[in-house]
Amino acid sequence: MSGQREPGKSDSANENVKKGTNTVNRLSVESVTLAYDQRVIAEQLSVEIPDNSFTVIVGPNACGKSTLLRALSRMLKPSEGRVLLDGQVIQSMPAKKVARTLGLLPQSSIAPDGITVADLVGRGRYPHQGILRQWSHDDERVVRESMESTGVAELADRYVDELSGGQRQRVWIAMALAQQTPLLLLDEPTTYLDIQHQIDVLDLCAELHEEQGRTLVAVLHDLNHAARYATHLIALREGAVIAEGAPGDIVTAGLVEEVFGLRCQVIDDPETGTPLVVPAARKARTKLVREAS
Amino acid sequence: MKSNLPVRSALGAGRASRVVRAPGGLSLRLDVRALVVVVALLLAALAATVALIGTGDFPIPAGDVLRTLLGDGNAGQEYIVNELRLPRVLVGLLVGAALGLGGALFQSISRNPLGSPDVLGLSQGSTAGALVMIVLFSGSADAVTLGSLAGGLGTGLAIYLLAWKRGVHGYRLVLVGIGVSAVLSAVNGYLITKADLIDAARAVVWMTGSLNGRGWDQVWPLLWLCLALVPLVLANARGLRMTEMGDDVSYALGVRVERVRLVLMLAAVLLTAAATAAAGPVGFVALTAPQLARRLTRSPGPNLVPSMCMGATLLIVADWASQRLFGADQLPVGVVTGVLGGVYLLWLLVTERKAGRI
Repeated sequence: MSGQREPGKSDSANENVKKGTNTVNRLSVESVTLAYDQRVIAEQLSVEIPDNSFTVIVGPNACGKSTLLRALSRMLKPSEGRVLLDGQVIQSMPAKKVARTLGLLPQSSIAPDGITVADLVGRGRYPHQGILRQWSHDDERVVRESMESTGVAELADRYVDELSGGQRQRVWIAMALAQQTPLLLLDEPTTYLDIQHQIDVLDLCAELHEEQGRTLVAVLHDLNHAARYATHLIALREGAVIAEGAPGDIVTAGLVEEVFGLRCQVIDDPETGTPLVVPAARKARTKLVREAS
Repeated sequence: MKSNLPVRSALGAGRASRVVRAPGGLSLRLDVRALVVVVALLLAALAATVALIGTGDFPIPAGDVLRTLLGDGNAGQEYIVNELRLPRVLVGLLVGAALGLGGALFQSISRNPLGSPDVLGLSQGSTAGALVMIVLFSGSADAVTLGSLAGGLGTGLAIYLLAWKRGVHGYRLVLVGIGVSAVLSAVNGYLITKADLIDAARAVVWMTGSLNGRGWDQVWPLLWLCLALVPLVLANARGLRMTEMGDDVSYALGVRVERVRLVLMLAAVLLTAAATAAAGPVGFVALTAPQLARRLTRSPGPNLVPSMCMGATLLIVADWASQRLFGADQLPVGVVTGVLGGVYLLWLLVTERKAGRI
């Protein structure tokens, strides 16, 4: 099969949010400079997150994709430029108000000792609560629904420490869902998981996107996962956007080589028809292996 | 695993928890077990209080003690209870409560059961302040109190500034605290060697921590401070509970992590410094009270109120033991808490090792 794909074949869900239309998206980054102390990660970076998309950010290590996600979730304040949520500079908004609009599942999170699944998921209700409104009927209903839609309702009474990695990640996603935010950011949600749990988590994300209409933004390592699940793909290299759009439109052998420095073929995924990246075999290496054996 | 429990009871998180709701959207969530623990601890503290007031050179029956406390005793008993014994007990309760709460705050902020004020060098800072007054200025009792307060607050500030690097983090806080503690211990040792015999004896007594001779003068400032700080701390407690899941998660949930941490650390430093200024560095209460409280409530989270009650109970029981268990030789309360705390620490290390955590 040839490496060429027909661009028209893509079933992009965001035809309405292509560049150039007047749609105002809820979350965007306007020419920001992102830096940790003196170390500049990205300069003059602008990104739009299309509403109702499942946007995936990809790129090689240290390209700034997690940094971009931190900026989107207001954990990193840009040294220049601004991040806008619903037309307002995100840093200027009250913390709890942002937390009712924008959720984040970070890479590292700690389950407190001896906490149960239901209790942990319940903590996602924090931005909806106050000192006099600690546990409303709504809280109870939303927590139950969040556990049901992530398939952890049966684990409600179990301790989080006892769960497997895949179950635990579902619980954290349930917690983020209980936050009831229309926008949800996920920082490498599949890291440390076995392949079946990776697919499981990504299927869950796709479901949340399709059935609940949430806008998801995820950083993923695996380009093939990204191409299969994303409705909108952003490819970063050295803090700059190299390409963005529907995976079917932008993932080509040329792009992969430009972004990752990897020679490859791009074929149709036999399951979904989305692009599938097949790295080129290294002749020298196969020869070496053969000689050694 | 399949569980047949309905989700509704599951939302009680596998533990008895009651939600109280009132019209107008008011809803409070109560942890029944924690409530029971708090009530039990308060009763124990009350029992120890009555025992402590009722025994001594002039024994007073428990009934009379309670009657006198409620303002209905005879003149002789009233003098002994209200002027001599009650203030000492109150100082003990307040110091214990302040240390328990301060310890729970520090342990939660540093996410480390060893991250208590004694380990972080706050006690050493208070001691240094007191020693400067005793040794260099031969100051009055009030001067020593002020010196200790200044030493504690200064040390708290120093630890915060040294540990601050885009936010205070658990390990940094503990490591910086241990470093500060080591430096201050050296300073304290040096000050003692500079002292003449009388000052040195006074310094050593202060350094063990004792409630001897404490009266209403120590009660009032501590009481006002606690009344001011406890509501402030409790108002921030929900945010603190969230920060246990890591800064990123709590930030994403809308907790102003740095602000919560700064306010609570300040409160913890004030509580600890004030308690130490009143009774000297009573060892191990701040370290053990939160851990014991947590094991009783079996609840995740900082367990602030149970820790506070546990601190008060521990200190008052230790004071009772130090006064009554050793006959004529009354020990300073710090010796008893030190022994109890040391045993507890060993037990903690052994069980943690068995659980494979260290």
